[in-house]
Amino acid sequence: MSLETPRLTVPVGPRDHILGAADAPVILLEYGDFQCPHCGAAHPEVERVRRRMGKRMAFVYRHFPLTNLHPRAQSAAEAAEAAGAQGRFWDMHDILYERQDALEDEDLLTYAEEIGLNLERFASDLVSGTHAPRVRNDFMSGVRSGVNGTPTFFINGLRYDGSPDAGSLLAAMSSHAFTASH
Amino acid sequence: MEPLRSHVTAPDFTLPSTPDQHLSLHELRNQPVVLVFYPADWSPVCSDQLALYQEILPEFKKHGAQLVGISVDGAWCHAAYKTHRKLQFPLLADFQPKGQVAQQYGVYDTEHGTAGRALFVLDAHGTIRWSYLSPVGVNPGADGILTALESLDGGISHESGDTAAHSAGRTT
Repeated sequence: MSLETPRLTVPVGPRDHILGAADAPVILLEYGDFQCPHCGAAHPEVERVRRRMGKRMAFVYRHFPLTNLHPRAQSAAEAAEAAGAQGRFWDMHDILYERQDALEDEDLLTYAEEIGLNLERFASDLVSGTHAPRVRNDFMSGVRSGVNGTPTFFINGLRYDGSPDAGSLLAAMSSHAFTASH
Repeated sequence: MEPLRSHVTAPDFTLPSTPDQHLSLHELRNQPVVLVFYPADWSPVCSDQLALYQEILPEFKKHGAQLVGISVDGAWCHAAYKTHRKLQFPLLADFQPKGQVAQQYGVYDTEHGTAGRALFVLDAHGTIRWSYLSPVGVNPGADGILTALESLDGGISHESGDTAAHSAGRTT
């Protein structure tokens, strides 16, 4: 039985949310769920990795909400997209992970207000599910890439199966297995 | 463990689907069937294989496929687990005689007394068209199942085991 490490089936493209340069030597991609506690724990680790790597790395985030386990995950993902539609995806992304235990509709509206979004447009996007198809597309791209839980990371398109702590991620990024696959 | 492979007729079985109902495999003819053998209910949450499949149910339904979970847990345990995890597909109790169906499919783990973590995709005639045995601690994901269902739609036969790369998972 061959256990080849799965690869990203949908490459990073213009539709993705990316922090850093798309041609950075290392692309770290996360499939995450805003209500998943393991993703919440990984959030500051990713921040540490980004600070350490600087311009040598770009970070990409895609949605993988497991809605039957996490009933607020879908709305939170759509809220991040609704913020993204107003150019503030990463602000909302950070707030959602920092306040994972408060993801009700009124909380999402509060966060939208804090980052200065047009509230009318934000609320209307959430009510009408404007960004639901985008979230689902992310989810299915994850399923077809071998994502089976959250968080799942890919380094330069190759699934990373190690621990989601900064030290392990940094070590993997400098290892031949991942750099050679770019 | 040596799971039954492609082109073999899937052995029929009748197992409890609830404390007072049974489901037989032959009742599911005329549609593709995905059999998911797994070790136990109540596995860790975030990487839970069945939670993932629940999320992907609409994709399975696009192929007209019925998903069925099978473990050696009893019907009452399955009932509590299904309610708690909001699972909307049958969980069958391979409980008495314990593990008999898992044995027929070649995926019974005699050391632990549970089913292995194995996937079978059956065509509408009840013939196995794809099977995969995952290391027990590894969630095999859903990519292999979807690939197998797509090849059923296209009428292409799929060899067992060789698509491991599609469904290889990880331990979490």
